Amino acid sequence: MVRSDIMQRNAQELRLMIIDMIHRAGSGHSGGSLSIAEILTVLYDEVLRFRPEEPYWPDRDRFVLSKGHGAPALYAILARKGIINKEELDTLRQLGSCLQGHPCMFKLPGVEMSTGSLGMGISVGVGMALAAKLQEKDYKVFVLCGDGELQEGQNWEAFMSIAKWKLDNLVVIIDRNSVQLDGTVDEIMPLGDLKSKLEAFGLAVISCNGHDTAELQHVFARAEKLKGPVAIIANTVKGKGVSFMEGKSIWHGKTIGKEEYEQAIKEIKATLADPESYGKEAHK
Amino acid sequence: MTESKPMRLVFGEMLRELGKEIPGLVVLDADVSSSTQTKLFAEKYPERFFNFGIAEANMVSAAAGMAAGGLIPVASTFAFLLTLRAGDPVRSLIAYNSLNVKLAGGYAGLSDFADGASHQSVMDIAVMRAMPNMTVLVPSDIETTRGAVRAMLKYKGPVYLRLSRDQAGSLHGGNESFEIGKAKEMKDGSDVTLAVCGTLLDQTLEAAEDLEKEGISAAVVEFPTIKPLDQDALIRFAGKTGEVVSIEEHTVNGGLGGAIAECLSERRPALLRRIGLQDTFGESGSYGGLLKKHHLTASHIAETAKQIISMKGAKRNERIHG
Repeated sequence: MVRSDIMQRNAQELRLMIIDMIHRAGSGHSGGSLSIAEILTVLYDEVLRFRPEEPYWPDRDRFVLSKGHGAPALYAILARKGIINKEELDTLRQLGSCLQGHPCMFKLPGVEMSTGSLGMGISVGVGMALAAKLQEKDYKVFVLCGDGELQEGQNWEAFMSIAKWKLDNLVVIIDRNSVQLDGTVDEIMPLGDLKSKLEAFGLAVISCNGHDTAELQHVFARAEKLKGPVAIIANTVKGKGVSFMEGKSIWHGKTIGKEEYEQAIKEIKATLADPESYGKEAHK
Repeated sequence: MTESKPMRLVFGEMLRELGKEIPGLVVLDADVSSSTQTKLFAEKYPERFFNFGIAEANMVSAAAGMAAGGLIPVASTFAFLLTLRAGDPVRSLIAYNSLNVKLAGGYAGLSDFADGASHQSVMDIAVMRAMPNMTVLVPSDIETTRGAVRAMLKYKGPVYLRLSRDQAGSLHGGNESFEIGKAKEMKDGSDVTLAVCGTLLDQTLEAAEDLEKEGISAAVVEFPTIKPLDQDALIRFAGKTGEVVSIEEHTVNGGLGGAIAECLSERRPALLRRIGLQDTFGESGSYGGLLKKHHLTASHIAETAKQIISMKGAKRNERIHG
């Protein structure tokens, strides 16, 4: 099995953990967690520099989940990488848990910034990237944000500052799943030609299939070589991997009932038995 | 004639002065560095100064990222923008995570007098005081500004520093000592307590002098830290004098007057009069004209003190004769 196929499988296993956590918690955001399973898998399996046994290692790469509602996906990958204990996943959203509904940096190692209120993560990344440069550190900063999230004007303030300070140590990844809470992004507030807009703001933009681990691998390698700030538009499907959730805004944050849970788990498990079946296709 | 200097200049000079001593200090501004005087730091340490343009939310969020990266950022702009335009990231990133970011709100109160209500900041203390983890400092003159800047940079955690555009005098006899959470007893007294923050300290001291001439002994207690409030000092003076008058260049709701009302009603009920903007916005005008219109003057402070003392007398008579 080649590396990208292993990661493809890892992403499916991440989906099992995500569905399990959200079902158990009785609330949480399935759609936007499932859409980032491959992105997080490739980041943590291939790209990020970190030490699981030393989560506050000063030279680690920083990862900021600007779309904080994707927390279950982040918790799942942190558990799989051994940064947090797998047993903690059962406590999502419970009183006293380190696993808040949205990631909290002072409760959980591996969370570089508390997020949840949308549209701030890229700005935070700007600050981290500036700090790294000023302190002559070579760590990189990765920010993952949603596409609906880009409706917040602050992101565009942040893009301007990325260009101003030529932050080549910052990579912005956009989970382009095209669906938000109230409907599709096009219905609610269209982003238009996102690639051209980002390019006009001075970023080099790479678009890719955000569910294809081989392509993601390749894209991160390319981003590394590019001089200057980079944005990656990862085209994804909201709710990816669970047929009845895919592309449906209702699954932005709906409770997963018992029958839905069983069907979702069955679907994902079936793909694990048949590696050819888990599709890599995304909106192009 | 005592020394006097624009408070913003004192602030800018202090940052420049501390730049060497505190290598992690970085200063951020949002296109008003010539006004807030952070340009003084920028000129000396250009590589540690970041102008974010007219984008306050981005600036404070980046400050959070810098603090997470181990720097000590001072984010500076006009007080109303810093506390309201950038209010969500201040809440969600800086206060919630208790990050080591210093927020310097310039041109506070009515001190941006000519620009009018759009630029005047009369609710910033209330907003910042409501945020868990946030410390709120309001200096009154040259010494407390210098002391507050030094103290906030030494302290680890989020701080809001409220600065005036106005001239700052020298009311502490050159003493720059500043302890976060400690009130300053400016004048002892036995009949009434005048509790004040910010540049109205000079008017308050003048009022106390005038009252003295009329045989009324007014204590003046300065609260350069609004949060955490020096409750013990307040209770001590309220116990000694009975009545309290709060004085601030801010709405009477939720600022120093609000903090004092909360404390007194829980720990030592006492009559209180709150001097400040009476739930209203400012407008354009001369600074003196605005202060007079909103009764932020020595004569009004003295008048209010006398009223509250006479109420005490009335209350006593009621008890005796009623």
